[in-house]
Amino acid sequence: MSSDQSSAGAKGPAKAAIDPLDFVDTRALLSGEERAITDTVRRFVDDKIVNRVGGWFENGEFPAREIAPQLGEIGLLGMHLDGFGCAGTNAVSYGQACLELEAGDSGLRSFVSVQGSLAMFPIRAYGSQEQCEQWLPPMATGSTIGCFGLTEPDSGSDPGSMRTRARRDGSDWILNGRKMWITNGSIADVAVVWAETDEGVRGFLVPSGTPGFGQYQIHQKMSLRASDTGELVLDDVRLPDAAVLPGVHGLRGPLSCLTEARFGILFGALGAARASYAAARSYAMERQQFGRPIAGFQLTQAKFASMVSALSQGTLLALHLGRMKDDGRLAPDHVSLGKMSNVRTALDICRLARTILGANGISLEYPVIRHMTNLESVLTYEGTEEVHALVVGKAVTGLDAFR
Amino acid sequence: MKIIVCVKQVPDTWAEKRLDPATSRLDRASGDAVLNELDEYAVEEALRIAEATAGSVTVVTMGPERAAEALRKTLQMGADAAVHLLDERLAGSDAVGTSYALATLLAAREFDLVLLGSESTDARTSLLPAMLAERLGLPQMTFAAQVEVDPVARTVRIHRQTEAGYDVVEGSMPAVVSVVEKINEPRYPSFKGIMAAKKKPLETVSLADAGIDPEQVGGDHAWSAVVDFAQRPPRGAGVVVSDDGQAAHQLADFLAAEKLL
Ligand SMILES: Cc1cc2nc3c(=O)[nH]c(=O)nc-3n(C[C@H](O)[C@H](O)[C@H](O)COP(=O)(O)OP(=O)(O)OC[C@H]3O[C@@H](n4cnc5c(N)ncnc54)[C@H](O)[C@@H]3O)c2cc1C
Ligand SMILES: Cc1cc2nc3c(=O)[nH]c(=O)nc-3n(C[C@H](O)[C@H](O)[C@H](O)COP(=O)(O)OP(=O)(O)OC[C@H]3O[C@@H](n4cnc5c(N)ncnc54)[C@H](O)[C@@H]3O)c2cc1C
Repeated sequence: MSSDQSSAGAKGPAKAAIDPLDFVDTRALLSGEERAITDTVRRFVDDKIVNRVGGWFENGEFPAREIAPQLGEIGLLGMHLDGFGCAGTNAVSYGQACLELEAGDSGLRSFVSVQGSLAMFPIRAYGSQEQCEQWLPPMATGSTIGCFGLTEPDSGSDPGSMRTRARRDGSDWILNGRKMWITNGSIADVAVVWAETDEGVRGFLVPSGTPGFGQYQIHQKMSLRASDTGELVLDDVRLPDAAVLPGVHGLRGPLSCLTEARFGILFGALGAARASYAAARSYAMERQQFGRPIAGFQLTQAKFASMVSALSQGTLLALHLGRMKDDGRLAPDHVSLGKMSNVRTALDICRLARTILGANGISLEYPVIRHMTNLESVLTYEGTEEVHALVVGKAVTGLDAFR
Repeated sequence: MKIIVCVKQVPDTWAEKRLDPATSRLDRASGDAVLNELDEYAVEEALRIAEATAGSVTVVTMGPERAAEALRKTLQMGADAAVHLLDERLAGSDAVGTSYALATLLAAREFDLVLLGSESTDARTSLLPAMLAERLGLPQMTFAAQVEVDPVARTVRIHRQTEAGYDVVEGSMPAVVSVVEKINEPRYPSFKGIMAAKKKPLETVSLADAGIDPEQVGGDHAWSAVVDFAQRPPRGAGVVVSDDGQAAHQLADFLAAEKLL
């Protein structure tokens, strides 16, 4: 029953022409179908995720077995793949879905990225008919969870230095090595493991429970806490020849998967940014200091102006790259530029948003610090910011600065 | 079972609504428009019954061109077909005219059940389900919080929500049933549903197509007219109650004075 300051100023029927959360009306660039997909994901996140994810983050857990079937029912898992129970949407829809998921939490979006782009994509692209039939339908419904094992304790940005080895033994394969920092690693039912062989790098489908295959959760994370991150240990793991992905040899295999997932990230990160900006905006309109809402101070407004222009630019870039992908004109260099640029943009927006919440900005009661620390992982995984800068730099100059 | 669901497109529930001074009608052009929320529950219930009885769901709306968006949403949820009654002469119809137009359209079609939301968030009369049933000469079973159908005995049984609890009401099919929010949790349109919707039939019907008499519909033939309207006065300053031991009494008195207790 206190007086309502904010509505006292807003009078008259004048319709706001500007939507503060979509300043340049990027929604107008979406088709009806893309809007419907966006709305479905936004509604799911609002109804099922937003109220709970702060608690998951605090406890360092993600209830994958509960959430995965719900994601599957909507059609989010492997959504941009064709056949075998996948929805078969276009690339812009996939990007929009990632954005709305990450407005919930980067951990949720990571789950969907890994399942769809890193685990299902290589099976769809490089797997045999039998492998597709066995794995894809249950992965699309979410009853089977996948992970992607490329990074190792001593091999990150330079995956060519991997030590995990697979050697032939009769018609079987024997795998040895360790994979580190693997999203969904400790809970996955099947791991796509990349290993060096005499024929170059190859992908293996390793079911959980295979003798010699250990899956362990990584603790002490300060980022992406509402997401399982694991370590895979391969100790003389024997697999039949039917477990190897027949369609690809060499690093091109895992790198093509990463290009798919990164494409989702260049949309996704903006979701975290939008949610943080939105939280800061509503906070600033309510919060009074020096006798008035902090939204009324010039410094705060400068922050909003900076956030909203960065968000608008990032969204336009994402949609443009999405259209290029749907037209078949998107190169990995474009994806590198988009991932590097938009994750950095998102992180800057979250940090600005955090300051606006003052002390509440460091509390999990608000989403901002969670998004901000999550984005530290997003900045590093799927190719670090520096590595993407090198990719862009090479495309710009023709000179390779990696080594 | 063949089920028809009548839906309405309404201004976004959360947006500020505006009357057009020239026509005294709701300004439907500005702002977002959405499928009336309770109609989503009606569509959901229809889909569940159709799934259980290997039936079909056809969704009908009467409304301006953009109301097709609401129909498309129901197709994305899983409805099989949609019919859009679209004619300029329908603009401004009151509940009497609307029920006449929809009843005329429905009478020419085959169905076992008509489902509706129990009210729209814009006009909020709750009249249409009853009027429609009356015009079609069918059992009217309104405010259903639960619906059970027996396709063999051709009966419908509902829990009719009342202030005290619920009444169990049974009727024969075909019947007209309106639903309340409690009935179910509407599904999200799945991606497959969204993609399949493009290929589903969406038929546009004019007054002449449906055999609707233009003299009985539209603003000029409405039984009621808006004579005048005024802007609601801006919200005044509230009262701050500080707790000196009497706050609970003051709050209770306030609620009682507002007839909320
Ligand atoms: C939460 C989380 C989830 C992850 N999930 C997965 C997963 O599911 N599957 C998977 O395979 N991996 C996963 N990763 C691993 C991730 O992909 C790697 O962390 C990333 O590739 C970087 O490797 P690294 O950590 O070994 O860092 P390093 O490669 O050791 O890099 C350390 C620093 O050196 C810089 N650097 C390296 N090389 C150069 C160079 N040539 N020039 C300039 N700077 C350079 C890097 O940019 C970085 O700043 C995940 C990581 C995290 C944090
Ligand atoms: C871990 C932690 C420990 C703390 N320990 C203590 C403690 O021991 N004792 C104690 O007293 N306090 C403590 N604090 C509180 C801390 O001092 C306050 O958080 C700080 O003063 C900011 O106040 P606020 O959080 O209310 O933010 P607000 O004052 O509401 O500020 C919110 C935002 O508005 C901006 N803003 C405010 N006024 C203006 C203006 N006029 N113009 C432009 N921008 C403006 C701020 O810069 C900020 O970005 C602690 C805080 C934290 C996070």
